[in-house]
Amino acid sequence: MIPVAFDYVAPTSVEDALAALAQHGDDAKIIAGGQSLLPVLRMRLNAPEMIIDLGKIESLRGVRDDGDAIVVGAMTPHSVVGSDPLVAEHAALVAKAIEHLADAQVRHRGTFGGALAHADPAGDLGAPALALGAEFVIQGAGGTRTVAADDFFVDLFETAIGEDEILTAVRIPKRTGWGAHYEKFVRVAHQWPIVAVAATVRVDGGSIAEARIGLTNMGSTPVRARAVEDALAGQPATEDAVRAAAQQAAAGTDPPSDLNGAADYRRHLARVLTRRAVLAAAGAA
Amino acid sequence: MTATQERPSEEVEREIGRDRRRKEDQRLITGRTRWTDNLTLPGMLHLAMVRSPFAHAKIVSIDTSAAKAATNVVDVFTGPELGETLGVNINAWPITPEQVTPTHSPMPADRVAFAGEIVAVVVARTAAEARDAAELVDVEYDELPAALDLKSAAADEVLAHPDLGTNKSALWVFDSGEAGTGAPVEDAISKARADGIVIEREYRQQRLIPAFMEPRSVVVDPTGEQYVMYSATQIPHILRFALAATTGVPESKIRVIAPDVGGGFGGKLQTTPEEWIAWAVGRRLGKPVKYTETRSESLVSAHHGRDQWQKLTLAAEKDGTVTGLKVELLADLGAYVAIVGGGVPVLGAFMFNAIYKFPAYHFSVQTVLTNKTWTDAYRGAGRPEATYAIERLMDELAVEVGVDPLEIREKNWIKHEEFPFTTVAGLEYDSGNYEAATARAKEMIGYDELRAEQRRRRESGDPVQLGIGVSTFTEMCGLAPSRVLGQLDYGAGGWEHASVRMLATGKVEVVTGASAHGQGHETAFSQIVADRLGVAFEDVEILHGDTQVAPKGMDTYGSRSLVVGGEALVRAADKVIEKAKPIAAHLLEASADDLEFTGGRFSVRGTDQGMAIGEVALATFAAHNLPDGVEPSLDSDATYDPVAFNFPHGTHLCAMEVDTETGELRMRKYVCCDDIGNIINPLIVSGQVHGGLVQGIAQALWEEAVYDESGTLVSGSFVDYLLPTAADTISFDIDHTTSPSLTNTLGTKGVGEAGTIASTPAVVNAVVDAVRHFGVNDIQMPCTPERVWRAINGAGAGGSTEGAAMPHFGEAEASGTSEGGGAMGNQEQPGTSSTEGAGA
Ligand SMILES: Cc1cc2nc3c(=O)[nH]c(=O)nc-3n(C[C@H](O)[C@H](O)[C@H](O)COP(=O)(O)OP(=O)(O)OC[C@H]3O[C@@H](n4cnc5c(N)ncnc54)[C@H](O)[C@@H]3O)c2cc1C
Repeated sequence: MIPVAFDYVAPTSVEDALAALAQHGDDAKIIAGGQSLLPVLRMRLNAPEMIIDLGKIESLRGVRDDGDAIVVGAMTPHSVVGSDPLVAEHAALVAKAIEHLADAQVRHRGTFGGALAHADPAGDLGAPALALGAEFVIQGAGGTRTVAADDFFVDLFETAIGEDEILTAVRIPKRTGWGAHYEKFVRVAHQWPIVAVAATVRVDGGSIAEARIGLTNMGSTPVRARAVEDALAGQPATEDAVRAAAQQAAAGTDPPSDLNGAADYRRHLARVLTRRAVLAAAGAA
Repeated sequence: MTATQERPSEEVEREIGRDRRRKEDQRLITGRTRWTDNLTLPGMLHLAMVRSPFAHAKIVSIDTSAAKAATNVVDVFTGPELGETLGVNINAWPITPEQVTPTHSPMPADRVAFAGEIVAVVVARTAAEARDAAELVDVEYDELPAALDLKSAAADEVLAHPDLGTNKSALWVFDSGEAGTGAPVEDAISKARADGIVIEREYRQQRLIPAFMEPRSVVVDPTGEQYVMYSATQIPHILRFALAATTGVPESKIRVIAPDVGGGFGGKLQTTPEEWIAWAVGRRLGKPVKYTETRSESLVSAHHGRDQWQKLTLAAEKDGTVTGLKVELLADLGAYVAIVGGGVPVLGAFMFNAIYKFPAYHFSVQTVLTNKTWTDAYRGAGRPEATYAIERLMDELAVEVGVDPLEIREKNWIKHEEFPFTTVAGLEYDSGNYEAATARAKEMIGYDELRAEQRRRRESGDPVQLGIGVSTFTEMCGLAPSRVLGQLDYGAGGWEHASVRMLATGKVEVVTGASAHGQGHETAFSQIVADRLGVAFEDVEILHGDTQVAPKGMDTYGSRSLVVGGEALVRAADKVIEKAKPIAAHLLEASADDLEFTGGRFSVRGTDQGMAIGEVALATFAAHNLPDGVEPSLDSDATYDPVAFNFPHGTHLCAMEVDTETGELRMRKYVCCDDIGNIINPLIVSGQVHGGLVQGIAQALWEEAVYDESGTLVSGSFVDYLLPTAADTISFDIDHTTSPSLTNTLGTKGVGEAGTIASTPAVVNAVVDAVRHFGVNDIQMPCTPERVWRAINGAGAGGSTEGAAMPHFGEAEASGTSEGGGAMGNQEQPGTSSTEGAGA
């Protein structure tokens, strides 16, 4: 289908992009990989007058080492993030999630920042970002601010990014040597998850020293399964111990009901998938 | 014996049976071809449709002034403005004389009857400008209550068309007692209630969407002496006839072209409002116009398929010998009776008894109008529904009797030595061997080992359970003997036409009335003609899909192209040989009686004298030296009307793992052994079987068109209407047994629909078999993980999806707020099930 006509600019710096945003205000929309925005435009669910393309801003691309964290540029495509050695070493959970994100074409166009800024509650990157305690680097006319993952996701398709701001990068604290697993439950391969569980654990002498778990599509934003995390701390990495802890996976969640499953079924899935994800992350599956 | 079989093998390699790569694929796969949407004619204008968002509403007013004033908009028309020139969309098969058939205007003037119905059309210089202006058309609607749920609609609670006074369109009945083809079924059921087994079930055939790859597109060119319509259709000939019959344009003034068409699956076996509107607008403006639908429009307005409730009663003796079958269907027509419409369930009427020797049979279908998208043929059309019902029931019977599902089938099926066999539905099956196909399929899958593994998993309480599903299907295809169609009140015949033209250079042009849209006819038909005439495969050109080139035809559907169209081809080629013979005899100075034709050569028996058919063609072209009174042409036509339907069969086995914790399904193995008679091209057959299997499996596991309670299609994009990709399927093991058909020269049977017909029950039987020990005897399709999980946990067939049925691309994304999209989901409850009588 054909979108409503729009104007288009492709600035080469964040400053120019911000200036364009300031100039067009509500009528403007940023495009990154376009993999979520274009379907919305083509179905005429939205009709911005100005599209600001971040694709020519080189500084927004790539993954770099920043001491105790790695920094992923907002415009880095999923395929690059998923195969990056720094990511594999220090944020394995992200690589695991990207393995199952959409299909190869989408992974080559869609971007890390675009997916997180889009904040689809069924998106695969929110839960890993949350579980890893990522920080979101957001730039506006007034400068740059950093928002913690816990504060970034506000609601369905809504984040802490202001209308006149751009997400430039995501800082992910290094969790070197942590085990990681992303357990995604779908009916067909190219689907958004019905429920998914992102788990990363630090195993110490057969016990789970620390666990961080994010849930996808269990509410209007990604959520942490803190009750499970707490219950796991210090437990042996065994089937029984993990099963007991995972019983609390759905606590405090508010999953949707749709064609793929009612809320009670999603809660049940969250418990089963959390057990599986944690065991796999701990290397005990 | 045929000519090709007589040909000495050392001369030319036989084409029939070779796995030739498809000659059409080069252009189709590389896109170096013309799809309708690629056509650009001088001065062409573009159309955009304005569609109703409501399932049922009065049109109060339509204000087109803003749209008319928009940039490069040429005109905007509503139904009343186009008036009579619009014509109507017809139903070609009124299944009973009393059938209630709403008038189907392509663009109604006063009332819309489904969400997606067209109320206005915008004509602009570009497609984008037409689309923009369509949003400026201001339509005021007065919403009416909508008839949505099939069962409530059948009870006439809310009327889909208030003026008709009922939603019940037609009740079509077949009764073996009345037809004299068997005993009365009620007697069999009463007897079984007293001292046998009665199985009563109600199954749901969910609504499906054909989802062909190329969206529908139409170009109308009214600038020549003949008006031309290019359309992405399966049925150019029927389309031409219907245009002439309903729009007042003489048939001789109409040329219809189906260029390369990207799939249909029955979904392009239709004459559509979009075609009729484009036709009227093109004629009104005197300029070429084009309309190409979006995928969203396709999902909401191209016809849907299946959508039935099936109430079934099977009677048997205690040992499992079947004694009677009663089938009562409710079939959802949607808002209008489409071209085949209510005929789809009737095509299944003769197939519920399948391969089994039922002595008594009763079938009825009540077709029902609702305020949803119209329904019509979808791959298999009627026969998948029948096969599903009977193959699910045979599994239930096996459980009652306490024997293996294959054993109960063998007890009841027609034995190979009993062919030809006249069934309780009155059809004569010409050939088949169910024992052989089943034995081969069992061997392929390792049946006994799988049963042993299944037992082990059950005994150990493994969280992953294993099920083995069986489907021993047959179907009727090769539509259709014209006399039978006449008895069924179908609006046309079922013959097919072919011409063979011998060119002066020895090349051959073949014209067929079949209209391929992805099947590979050009390759398979070339193989047939190459063998028949003894010419090279490359020297045969197959022409089709343009009424100026192929003036006669009945098009492609119902697995008919090879078994009906192929026979026409054989007969036309044989006529060429007959015409060439006296000319060859004359040139060889021999008696025609002394000539034999093998390997493309006429030779004088007992001599080394002879000439190739190409040489005869050249001599005929020159016409310098022909026998007296012989016309200088070898070209020949044949129009073939089949004497009987055609009955492929096969045994399909599916091994399915079920994760009982989540309800997730993992197909372990799928094997099938199909008997489709002689095979022209094994590679094309494999393609048809693989594609068919995936489509049937998709009904079992993934696809469903879901409406919310206001009549909006919730599964209105491919995010929510789940089509499988290669990543979701496994490699299938396919093989064949061969019982040649006795009703066509080549001994072939249809294969286009077989995979789809057979696989759905095999898969659902496998799922139910895996979890039957939890007390499950049905899971409604599609068997989603949630439904499987609920069934295991004691919630019946898992029919209801609670809560909001929200499309992925909903309002929330548009506005950025947290409000959801649509309202309620699929509220259909699974049917009641009961099993009576004695059993193990
Ligand atoms: C067929 C298909 C299947 C998919 N399957 C999945 C899946 O399984 N899992 C999954 O997680 N995702 C899936 N996606 C979505 C995919 O991950 C998208 O790439 C992603 O959601 C959006 O990234 P993008 O770069 O394409 O952003 P765009 O579509 O360009 O933008 C998305 C939104 O974010 C805003 N935006 C983008 N970048 C910035 C920025 N730097 N600062 C501020 N705002 C910004 C845009 O204005 C827009 O509103 C699928 C997409 C498709 C087409």
